[in-house]
Amino acid sequence: MMKGIEQEISRGRRAFIKKVLGGTIAGSLLLVIPAGAMDLDKIPEQIPGMRKEKGPFIKGKKFAFIVDITRCIGCGSCCVADKNEYKVPDGNYRTWVERYVIDDHDNVYVDSPNGGLDGYQEPRKDLPHPTRDTFFVPKLCNMCEHPSCVQVCPVGATFQTEDGFVLIDYKRCVGCGYCVQACPYSVRFINPKTETADKCTWCYHRVRKGLLPACVNVCPVQARKFGDLNDHESEVYKILHQPHVISVLKPGMGNKPSLHYVGLRREVV
Amino acid sequence: MSPEHGAAVATALTNYVFPNDIHVLWSLMIVLYPYITGIVAGAFIVSSLYHVFHIESLKPVSRYALVFALAFLAFATVPLLNHLGHPERAMNMMLTPSPTSAMAGFGYIYSAYAVVLILEILFIYRPTLVALKKKAHGGMKLLYGILTLGSDNLSPEALKVDHKITAFLAAIGIPMACTLHGYVGFIFGGVKANPMWATPLMPVIFLLSASVSGIAGIILSYIVIRKYTNKPIDMDCVRTLIKFLWGCFILDFVFEMLELFSHAYMATHHWEALRDLYTGPLYWSFIVAQVGIFSLIPFVALGVLSLVKFSDKFVMKWGSILSAMILVQVLLMRWNVVIGGQLMSKSERGHAVFHPGFFTKEGIIVSAIIMVLPIVFLWLLSKVFPFWLDDDPAVEGQSA
Repeated sequence: MMKGIEQEISRGRRAFIKKVLGGTIAGSLLLVIPAGAMDLDKIPEQIPGMRKEKGPFIKGKKFAFIVDITRCIGCGSCCVADKNEYKVPDGNYRTWVERYVIDDHDNVYVDSPNGGLDGYQEPRKDLPHPTRDTFFVPKLCNMCEHPSCVQVCPVGATFQTEDGFVLIDYKRCVGCGYCVQACPYSVRFINPKTETADKCTWCYHRVRKGLLPACVNVCPVQARKFGDLNDHESEVYKILHQPHVISVLKPGMGNKPSLHYVGLRREVV
Repeated sequence: MSPEHGAAVATALTNYVFPNDIHVLWSLMIVLYPYITGIVAGAFIVSSLYHVFHIESLKPVSRYALVFALAFLAFATVPLLNHLGHPERAMNMMLTPSPTSAMAGFGYIYSAYAVVLILEILFIYRPTLVALKKKAHGGMKLLYGILTLGSDNLSPEALKVDHKITAFLAAIGIPMACTLHGYVGFIFGGVKANPMWATPLMPVIFLLSASVSGIAGIILSYIVIRKYTNKPIDMDCVRTLIKFLWGCFILDFVFEMLELFSHAYMATHHWEALRDLYTGPLYWSFIVAQVGIFSLIPFVALGVLSLVKFSDKFVMKWGSILSAMILVQVLLMRWNVVIGGQLMSKSERGHAVFHPGFFTKEGIIVSAIIMVLPIVFLWLLSKVFPFWLDDDPAVEGQSA
């Protein structure tokens, strides 16, 4: 009996390590292939039916992003992929991973050194009490149904597509920073290179070509999921329609994010 | 068991700031923008007190207040333009505005107000400008020709029409001045993501602080300019202005404190972070400087100065000092709202730090230059528009 359990655990471990390695290799591949040289059309389609779609914006689709915090291991692959995809200037983050530590005195400690870009390779050593619980929370654009950034942008440079993406027209943005102030999730920043607002786009350019966002692609543990809610066969549809513990960030803001979290904890802001 | 061990909810603050919140994006320029706009709105209100509400004792500064407002209005957008990442696209806010943006509305309100203010000045000064045109030569004659709008008609009928126009402009100017600065408050108060800004009291506080900064600016500059040019100072006018300053400041300070009190009393989940902000990074600039020194002292002293009969010299000296203190108070208030609001991370678990640079694009030196520019422009305007009735060639017993 005991032996059976041990074998099961060992098999789980092996599968886990395989997945991590697979993800890491996939992540590393992204690093070595220069972004410009990649022909996205030659990569097999990852979002079913996307390549048949015509027109700049896609009607009849409703995209959603799901982050499963019960899966995230804080490896930082998503952050690396993102930084590589967009050449994000240091000190600014389109996506980041937070580490939560709860000690046995119920104190909550949160940190995100370098936005989690280097991965959480060491446990925190600066805490006075033993750790009771710990988890990682990846953050990115919430793609709100009622986006504050779109509301406040004085020139309409930040806009919402019919399929639910909130995007920035970098040629129209005046760089006033009002959207940065208005975003409840602090996912926006002024890009020091372009002097315009910038943020995560859920890799709109990849999605339009039927590919998953770069961070979803590299996640070794499938903590990040992306898909069309109108496709009832999609994983995101199934997750959101099954009895999981699911929530969004700051629901009281009324922004109605399209970014959902599985296993979201009350400590997370 | 220690008390904290029994805590049901884990709420310890760990000073975690969202990675993008480390940058304080709206810097000194956005502190100056509401400061300058407020001075404009406040100065206009002083002028309207005479032109619309017929407070006769304010006649000596009624025209000066308008020119003073114009001098600052001309530079209200300079800090904004300096702050924008792409100032060359700034006009898009008015050409292709987004109708849902609070900021896009400002361009129109500002422009409409500028038109009203300039027309008000031109009509009120028309008899003066016509008289000056007759005396002037060369370029100045041409300039006065343009400013008189091509009409030298000073017949009683024409002046009556002028008077009707100026009364109308002043009357619509008051709600516009209030809207101008109330709206600036709304630009901040409408940011729901920032619990320090997002209060319906924000436009009220901005408007009241605008009034006090405008009145204080007029008192201080009136006394300084008249003294510097060796001209008599109308003490009745100064005393009335001090009373208005006191009255407006009572409302301003009380509402500022009520806003803080409301946050503390309601004690929503934001309060813990707000309290840490006020007692932490804003302790010196808010509690000590803005409230302790530059609010409480003028609050009491202006009351004493308004109610007790002091000598002219004493009123002049302390009127100037207290007006200067009020100008500092309002600047501190702008700093504490604009910078302070950004220091609190939207993680509500910590705050960033901000130290303005000296020689940077939006630093202290540039800010000082931007604050000096309206004063230089005011001096230039004085060469065209005589501030005072005793300088005016057209005034011989007629009303301004």
